[in-house]
Amino acid sequence: MKKEIDLTQVRYIAHLSRLELSPEEEEKFTEQLAKILSYVNKLREVNTENVPPTFHVLPLKNIFRDDKLNLSLSQEEALSNAPKHKYKQFQVPRIIG
Amino acid sequence: MELYKLPAHKLHQLIKKREVSVEEVIISLFKRIEEVEDKIGAFLSLDKEEALKEAKKWDKRLSREENPGILAGIPIAIKDNICVKKRETTCASRILKGFYPPYSATVIKKLKEAGCILIGKTNLDEFAMGSSTENSAFKITHNPWNLETIPGGSSGGSAAAVASGEATMALGSDTGGSIRQPAALCGVVGLKPTYGRVSRYGLVAFASSLDQIGPITKDVTDCAHLLKVISGKDELDSTCLDYPVPDYPKFLLPDVKGIKIGLPEEYFIGGIEKEVKENILKSAKLLEKLGAHLEQVSLPHTEYAVATYYLIATAEASSNLARYDGVGYGYRTKEEKNLIDMYKKTRQEGFGDEVKRRIMLGTYVLSKGYYENYYGKAQRVRTLIKRDFEKVFQKFDALITPTSPTVAFRIGEKIDDPLKMYLSDIFTISANLAGIPGISIPCGFGRNHLPVGMQILTKAFNEEMLLRIAYTYEQNRVNS
Repeated sequence: MKKEIDLTQVRYIAHLSRLELSPEEEEKFTEQLAKILSYVNKLREVNTENVPPTFHVLPLKNIFRDDKLNLSLSQEEALSNAPKHKYKQFQVPRIIG
Repeated sequence: MELYKLPAHKLHQLIKKREVSVEEVIISLFKRIEEVEDKIGAFLSLDKEEALKEAKKWDKRLSREENPGILAGIPIAIKDNICVKKRETTCASRILKGFYPPYSATVIKKLKEAGCILIGKTNLDEFAMGSSTENSAFKITHNPWNLETIPGGSSGGSAAAVASGEATMALGSDTGGSIRQPAALCGVVGLKPTYGRVSRYGLVAFASSLDQIGPITKDVTDCAHLLKVISGKDELDSTCLDYPVPDYPKFLLPDVKGIKIGLPEEYFIGGIEKEVKENILKSAKLLEKLGAHLEQVSLPHTEYAVATYYLIATAEASSNLARYDGVGYGYRTKEEKNLIDMYKKTRQEGFGDEVKRRIMLGTYVLSKGYYENYYGKAQRVRTLIKRDFEKVFQKFDALITPTSPTVAFRIGEKIDDPLKMYLSDIFTISANLAGIPGISIPCGFGRNHLPVGMQILTKAFNEEMLLRIAYTYEQNRVNS
């Protein structure tokens, strides 16, 4: 039987997830995710033809509010938890070479 | 009687009659915490100084008030995924260690207005992902009934704190059973409100279409009072509905005459412990004796709930947790060569195993080529699960099920087998998928004299009915 997910796919998904997994984790997750995926495949038994998807349980419509200025965080408060900041802005590694 | 043992409504009577001060209540609680916290490990942080300061403030204020609110001066513990301004909020994750939110959750503002005194933040599975609180990055919480067993999860710290007398009441959050399952395993009351009943503003998001905040208390009466305080519309959460908040304590009536209760046959199947099943059936019979009408019903899509849940919850989680990038707040790796590398190392070092696993699963089921087969399919099955409930609630007022198929299991027993752990949520997750409310109340003891919880479910926005049935059972159980 074809495995639900292989090492190459796990590495690709880790990249998309922005996770730098260790080789041991890659292997462990391949095995565990394969097991979980083969379990969730039981949904294939269910006939969902003409069944609409539920994104959300409530009968909600868009809720609009007036476009007026409310109290929000000050720049100082917004930066108060930043691991690095400079010139009153969030600091990240150099992006443009 | 030690004050830490009393539920909020009894403390309120003493405070109102000025027989005890709020300060004395807080002192009693912290004395208890000093005695047992080393063994239980319910809290991630405590704030005695601030609590005592608040207590004195309320004592002064209450000395002038004829009719103080019932929660004025009552100590409460908060699950550490709910933001409290300037108090460390970690979600039991390394990635949020040292995060001091610049704002408070709406529920915290409501608690403070009602006079509740915050005593500390409780342990949880990292980002509320788990069923045993073993996924916390910082500590293990032990079940007060047997220290070698888990307290359930993910709100294990909150449930253990209430059960051990370290907190009079607590808030938890429930995405797939995270209030009800630990409440059951710790022998206390836990309620997951209808989706949209309580504001999620300031609750760190796990799966946004499933998450709800709710009360964990010593009894049903406290549960009704706490639910009333935290419910209601919030401008800051557009999924929080503008429905009137009923006066929940008014529905604490010891009467179930003529109420139609269904027992879903799919919830009494293999895998459930014999003693758990016996206790639930015995409890249902008691309600029948008190005048309720009991009948077996069927929710045919129940067996697909766990699979549906783990596809939807992880998909939503992978998107919600993308925000932890080491830029705006939280942990950041020391090695940062370039931006992508910084993201990857930060997240690799900051997240624990289960969180990584769920981000990976969620990313996979949303990725190109797999979306329709996994995520799309799960959303369609979710519709069928929701319809199952809608159908039975046309005829029945409530359903009774076990909260958990087993009593508390041993620490370490399921941690290496994620799938086995996921299956411990089998009876609670359908309520989140359907958006309906559920309560778990203690109903006796099972294997090794560990508590069993009975779950009651109703249609959306009918918490009144939940409380009424739960209260009737609670008042009559001791006499039966």
